[in-house]
Amino acid sequence: MLETYWDPVWLTLKLALLTTTVLLMVGTPIAWWLARSRHWSRQPIAAMVALPLVLPPTVLGFYLLLVLGPNGWVGQLTQSMGLGLLPFTFEGLVVASVLYSLPFTVQPLQNAFEAISEGFLEAAATLRAGPVDRFFFVVIPLARNGFITASVLTFAHTIGEFGVILMIGGNIPGETKVLSVAIYDHVESLEYTQAHWLSAGMVAFSFIVLVTLYALNGRTRMGAFR
Amino acid sequence: MTSGFTTSKGWLLAILISLSPALRAGEVSVAVAANFTDTTRTLASHFEQETGHTVSASFGSTGKLYAQIKNGAPFDVFMAADIRRPERIEQEGDGVASSRFTYARGKLALWSPKPEAFDSAPHYLTEQTFARLAIANPKTAPYGLAAQQALEQMNLWSSLQPKLVRGDSIAQTFQFVASGNAQAGFVALSQVKAWPEEKGTLWPVPQNYYQPIDQQAILLDRASNNDAAKAWLAFLKSPAALSIIQDYGYDTVE
Repeated sequence: MLETYWDPVWLTLKLALLTTTVLLMVGTPIAWWLARSRHWSRQPIAAMVALPLVLPPTVLGFYLLLVLGPNGWVGQLTQSMGLGLLPFTFEGLVVASVLYSLPFTVQPLQNAFEAISEGFLEAAATLRAGPVDRFFFVVIPLARNGFITASVLTFAHTIGEFGVILMIGGNIPGETKVLSVAIYDHVESLEYTQAHWLSAGMVAFSFIVLVTLYALNGRTRMGAFR
Repeated sequence: MTSGFTTSKGWLLAILISLSPALRAGEVSVAVAANFTDTTRTLASHFEQETGHTVSASFGSTGKLYAQIKNGAPFDVFMAADIRRPERIEQEGDGVASSRFTYARGKLALWSPKPEAFDSAPHYLTEQTFARLAIANPKTAPYGLAAQQALEQMNLWSSLQPKLVRGDSIAQTFQFVASGNAQAGFVALSQVKAWPEEKGTLWPVPQNYYQPIDQQAILLDRASNNDAAKAWLAFLKSPAALSIIQDYGYDTVE
C-alpha cells in the first residue's frame, strides 16, 4: 500500500525535475534571442511560446495524440528510429510537459535578460571576454533571479499538470500515473481518504515552494539596495 | 401562438396551459455510461420527435457519474453500466426505488481497427506482440472491470500488466485504440457497431469469461415529479427503443 502511495509522488518529482532541466537548456537560448533580437519574427515566436498559457490543455493533448501517434510525423519518426510510440510512456509525458511549461521558463528568463544593460556586456567585451565567457560570467550571474524564478515556476507548473497527461498518459502506474491523475482517480472512485492525503500534501508543497520563491526574491531585491 | 387569444380569458387559458406540467414539453437531464453514447443519441432523437420533450445527456464512466450524483450533480436519470451503482443510489436514498430496471445487457469485445490484426484472440493476447493494450479503468468503468475479469479468466491479467493502458472511460479507451496509439483494446461491442469504418478485427469475448454487464437505469430523487424523466424511462422499455438498443449489439432483458 505504501508503495502505491509513493509511486505517483516519485514519478511526479522525476517528471518535474527532468522537464525543468530540459527546459532550462532549451528555454535559455530562446529567451536570450527573444530579449536581444530585433528580427521581424520576434513577435510571432514570442506569441508561439506563450500559446500554452492561453490554450486549453485539451488542445495540446489532442494535437500531441495526433502528432505522436502512429499516423503522425513524429510518431512515424520515433517508430522508424525503433523508439516505439511516445503516447502512454514517461518520455511522452516529458515531451508534453516541455511544451506545456515552455512559457514558464522562457518568460522569466526573457525579462531577466532584457533588464541586463548592454553596457555590462560591452565592458566585458572590451576586457576581451568572448561571447561564451560573457554569457557564463556576466549574463548568468546578473540574471540569477530569472533563472531561479524560471526553475521554480517550471517545476511547480509541471507538478500541477493534469489535462494533457490525462489525455496522452493512459493512467499507467509507475509510468504515467502522476500525482494529479492519482488524485483524480481516487476522487472518481470516491476514495476520499487517499485523495485527501495526496491533495493536502500538494497544498503544503505548493505553499512552501511559493513562500521560498518570494523569500528568495525579497532577499536579493534587498541585497541590491544595500 | 397566443395571437388567437385576444380576450383576458384566452390569456388566462394560455398561462394555465403553459404551467401545466402534463402538457408542457419538459426536459430530462440524463447521466449515461459512456458505452451507451451513440445508442443514447439515436434513442434521444426518436424520443424527442415522439414526445416533444428534450433530452440533455452527459456521458462518462459509471463510477465518475455516480460520484457526481453523490455530490449533487443535477441529473434526473442515471443510466449506469452496472447494477451496483444504481443499487447503491437506491439504498442511499438518492433514487426512486421502484424505478430501477435493466435497460440493456452489454457485451465486451477485443477490437483493433487494423484488418487481420489477429486470427486467434487468446493467442494474440498470449504472444503479446503489441506495444499497448487498452482497457477502461476497472475501478470506475464496468467494461474495464469486465475486461479484467476476462483476462483473469484467461490467466493473462498479471503478465499483461506492463502493456495495459487505462482509459478514463470506455469512450477514451475506444479512442486510444481507434487512433492507433494502442494496437488493440477491450471495448464495448456497441462502440464497434457505431464505428463508421467497416474494417478492423473483432473478437466478441465469450460471455462466460466475465460477469454479465447488466446496465441499469434509475430515476433520481430530484426528478420524482419530472414527467419528461418518467417518459424517458418508459420510452426505454418500448418496443421501438428495444429494437434500437438491440441494433447496437446489446441484449435486452424484457
